[in-house]
Amino acid sequence: MCADRDKELLKLLQQNAKLSNETLAVMLDEKVEWIEDQIASFEREGIIRGYSAIVNWDRIDQDRVTAIIEVTVIPQRTVGFDEVARRIYGFPEVEAVLLMSGTYDLQVVVSGHRIQEVARFVSERLATIDFIQSTTTHFILKTYKVDGVVMEGDDDDHRLVISP
Amino acid sequence: MMAWSERLSTLAQEIPPSGIRRFFDLAETMDDVISLGVGEPDFVTPWHIREAGLYALERGMTAYTANAGLFSLRTAISGYLSERFGLEYSPDSNILVTVGGSQAIDLALRVTVRPGDPILVPEPTYVAYRPLIHLAGGQAVSVPLRAENGFRLSEEDLLSCQSSMARTLILCNPSNPTGAVIERRALERLAKVIEEMDLLVIADEIYAEILYDADYCSIASVSGMRDRTVVVAGFSKAFAMTGWRLGYAAGPQEIIQTMLRVHQYSMLCAPVMAQMAALEALDKGLTDVSAMVTEYDRRRRLIVHGLRELGLPTANPQGAFYVFPEIRGTGLSSAAFAEDLLRQQRVAVVPGSVFGAPGEGFVRCSYATAIGQLERALERIRQYLRAGG
Repeated sequence: MCADRDKELLKLLQQNAKLSNETLAVMLDEKVEWIEDQIASFEREGIIRGYSAIVNWDRIDQDRVTAIIEVTVIPQRTVGFDEVARRIYGFPEVEAVLLMSGTYDLQVVVSGHRIQEVARFVSERLATIDFIQSTTTHFILKTYKVDGVVMEGDDDDHRLVISP
Repeated sequence: MMAWSERLSTLAQEIPPSGIRRFFDLAETMDDVISLGVGEPDFVTPWHIREAGLYALERGMTAYTANAGLFSLRTAISGYLSERFGLEYSPDSNILVTVGGSQAIDLALRVTVRPGDPILVPEPTYVAYRPLIHLAGGQAVSVPLRAENGFRLSEEDLLSCQSSMARTLILCNPSNPTGAVIERRALERLAKVIEEMDLLVIADEIYAEILYDADYCSIASVSGMRDRTVVVAGFSKAFAMTGWRLGYAAGPQEIIQTMLRVHQYSMLCAPVMAQMAALEALDKGLTDVSAMVTEYDRRRRLIVHGLRELGLPTANPQGAFYVFPEIRGTGLSSAAFAEDLLRQQRVAVVPGSVFGAPGEGFVRCSYATAIGQLERALERIRQYLRAGG
């Protein structure tokens, strides 16, 4: 029961982190203090890792490029996937690192200001890490939907202003 | 020059102009209006339902269907009504698929009303009943609902109309415009009076999926009611499918088959792609409904809380997506309040008087609007009230 309420709160924050604690309290029919306590404990326990805006960078920075890189790894007795992942996500230009099932091991998302910047990162930084066997780089051409949010398109209200 | 008033149907000309129209025209001319005046979901029809409609078109499903609607859809409706509300209706004879719930109401009235029949209309209520009763040749008899009863129809309200010799009652439950729900126990008490008065019930249950902690049941499921009730419902509100125009009626064979007799000539059948989408809605759409209801519920809490904080007495609605705050304290009529609020703060609400005289002193606010918009609207109403109303 309590865990369900926590999930509801987290989902609301995930959809819109700007909702005030007062609004959240009314929406969830809880006391403001409860909301404050829960959020504080989520932050303390690292369940909430941060708050950010969902930005449509295509509208701001035409040159910016993002690549999804498939990485295959040869795991060693002393160096597992976690250790390789750690070496990759340490770079600030890396936005995401995920361990995958399937034909490759790690999926790495990298952003840069120009295509050369990303290319250099792959050849100089990523491919040279020990135990990395291969990399396949896919540049993103257009972003349609991210984190459940459609980036471009029609979110106008098509309804009549007043209807019975 | 044609003397139109001599040429046009007297019945049609006698329909009074819509009370909403004026506000609509005014709001249309203004920018940056936040509308709490919309009587439909703000959600777009869930994608898998839209996709089912598209797929029907791709497969070339562009022909007429059976007059009563696709048998598969009627079967699905029958199963849904049974599972959800304990209503047993045969897809063969008890269910008619219509173009929106509106057409079902129109047909139900047309086939049950005889010239001059008094029809009980508890008010405030949905705006279409009176004109449709008029067109069907009946006589609407207002049953004023009382704010102190939360605008729920009571036995006393009904009994006070006994002298009208009414033959039919139109019951919108959950209610547009108040969001009030007459719960199971109260319906059982009403049913006794309905039997005593030998009334037929046209039960508009279009909002039956949108409920918050209400012990709801369909009036047709109350003992003794099935044979004297036509249930009208549809896909518009629950599945956010207003523009698809798809509803249905379920009831006694004699009524439904007579409705079908009119429907086959006036409409032939409901649009096939909408029927295919509705089939998908019933098959896989109920989880979407509960997600939307969860969202409405949060907005409901927010708007009720907000309006009360502004000093407007507001009952907690148990269904639909409307609240019906009282604005008497401002000293304005509901029409003046709504117009003033629109002009000064660009928030559109619907005056309660539009829904019948007993709605005077209240306004209808729809919370089928994103949370951010609701918060902005509440802030604007606060500004308006602070400026002295």
